Amino acid sequence: MNDAARDMQDLYRELVIDHSRNPRHFGRLENATHTADGINPLCGDKLRLYFRVGAGGRIESSSFEGSGCAISIASASLLTEAVTGLEVDDAKHCSSTVTSRLTTAMPYADLDARLENLKALDGVRAYPSRVKCATLAWHALHAALSNDMKPATTE
Amino acid sequence: MGAVAKTVTATDWRADFPALDQSVHGQALIYLDSAASAQQPAAVIDAVARYQREDHANVHRGVHTLSHRATEAYEGARDKIRGFINAKSRSEIVLTSGTTESINLVAQSFCRPRLQPGDKILITHLEHHANIVPWQLVCEQTGAELIVAPINERGEVELDSLLDLIDDRVFLIGMAHVANALGTVCPVEKVIEHARQRGIPVLIDGAQGVPHLDVDVQALDCDFYAFSGHKMFGPTGTGVLYGREAILDAMPPWQGGGDMILEVSFDKTIYNELPYKFEAGTPNISGVVGLGAAVDYLQSIGMPTIARYEQELHDHMVARLKNVDGMRLIGEARHKASVQSFLLDDIHSHDLGTILDHQGVAIRTGHHCAMPVMQFFGVPGTCRASLAFYNNRDDIEQLVAALEKARELFA
Ligand SMILES: Cc1ncc(COP(=O)(O)O)c(C=O)c1O
Repeated sequence: MNDAARDMQDLYRELVIDHSRNPRHFGRLENATHTADGINPLCGDKLRLYFRVGAGGRIESSSFEGSGCAISIASASLLTEAVTGLEVDDAKHCSSTVTSRLTTAMPYADLDARLENLKALDGVRAYPSRVKCATLAWHALHAALSNDMKPATTE
Repeated sequence: MGAVAKTVTATDWRADFPALDQSVHGQALIYLDSAASAQQPAAVIDAVARYQREDHANVHRGVHTLSHRATEAYEGARDKIRGFINAKSRSEIVLTSGTTESINLVAQSFCRPRLQPGDKILITHLEHHANIVPWQLVCEQTGAELIVAPINERGEVELDSLLDLIDDRVFLIGMAHVANALGTVCPVEKVIEHARQRGIPVLIDGAQGVPHLDVDVQALDCDFYAFSGHKMFGPTGTGVLYGREAILDAMPPWQGGGDMILEVSFDKTIYNELPYKFEAGTPNISGVVGLGAAVDYLQSIGMPTIARYEQELHDHMVARLKNVDGMRLIGEARHKASVQSFLLDDIHSHDLGTILDHQGVAIRTGHHCAMPVMQFFGVPGTCRASLAFYNNRDDIEQLVAALEKARELFA
């Protein structure tokens, strides 16, 4: 396998392919309390995220729907797995950690154990034009939980 | 591979383009995105550099030597462009920043003062946004209506359906010569012929026509023909609006400023003659010099030779792509040039674009500034491979091999 092929497999890791093929928590969430759209005008990725936040401020369930490239779908799918069960503030904190991990060259923002799977997205760091695909869902999460009704965009 | 029976070899032409001689991600670059922007031959790059080093000054303004040389170089390029598309007169060659500006100029200067509520602008379903949005704007401004001729499943404009839409309220027809997302060569000759009989002006968006076809605006008999320098191997920020002289003459200026006037007082300004009336301000002189060099270069090969070579390569590309498992071709017009859009399995076009880039193969992905075309085919975007005469059969093999690899990765 040459370097190029290895790099490709670093971007499209098995977990990414798996989540893009079989996205978890895909579909509309009935009785969602928070929702937001994420739009990436360059790629045409469009996501809608749903969260149900309980009285105690904990995310009881999350889901998403929409269309996009493998990276954006996998990222959204991994997101729903990672933040369900978290306090709203912790989820927002995750969003900042993940986006800074993907967007800032150094140092790597550390991810705690529950975000371990999100390391599968690390490959995008080498692809400036694709970073936005990976961060889209996380921007939308932030918008939803901030009750900001404007769609999040990557622009 | 590469055993193409031809009298001229693409390999020779390819060596004229310095940017093609490089690796990306450790792989030899295979550039299949010329429809977005074509690479420039050394002749163009050198002409621009020589102008910048030796001749640069403002045009039409100074009595000094450099200004004279700059003016000669700039106006010389206009003459070359006139010859290239066989316009009757240099007055008919308005230099713009590109196709987009050329079309906006016609919408605002030709249409806007004349359009009445209820008038119609007729375009087709396969246009680039640059041949849609300027008309929408002028329709909003005047109460006119934009109407759209349909395309069929192959991505062809159906002539009869288009002609059926023509009535007395159609003020202008705007259509692509070659569709950028689909590669369809449109039946512009027939449309122009019908329109002429009814006295309806026609604008041809030639952004994808000029680089691949032997364009003769007098033979076409269109009223306007718009194209961009950077798609015909010249610099970005250059373009042309060809307009029939009598029509240009009757149009008010597009922008006001220096160069477009003969005499200015605060009471009245007398506009300059054609084509300067439409060229306000200091133009993109070095870019136009480069565009002139691109014309010389293309003429040294000959557009008929280029068209013949590219047609064969295009047909070969389509045949090879058809053989790739999981391939869905988008745009299968019977008459096509240079371009093939496609989707592979259910791989998103951007994923495919990234995977191909990694193997050195540059293609365009997304909606190609033709969202209505994407809507027609029910897809968010496509992958598009587009050819120029510097491509060859080996490039097609690399493309096919890269697609096979992508399938493995996503299997
Ligand atoms: C058919 C067509 N029309 C118009 C344009 C716009 O050209 P430019 O961006 O150079 O003004 C393009 C470029 O993509 C095109 O392909």
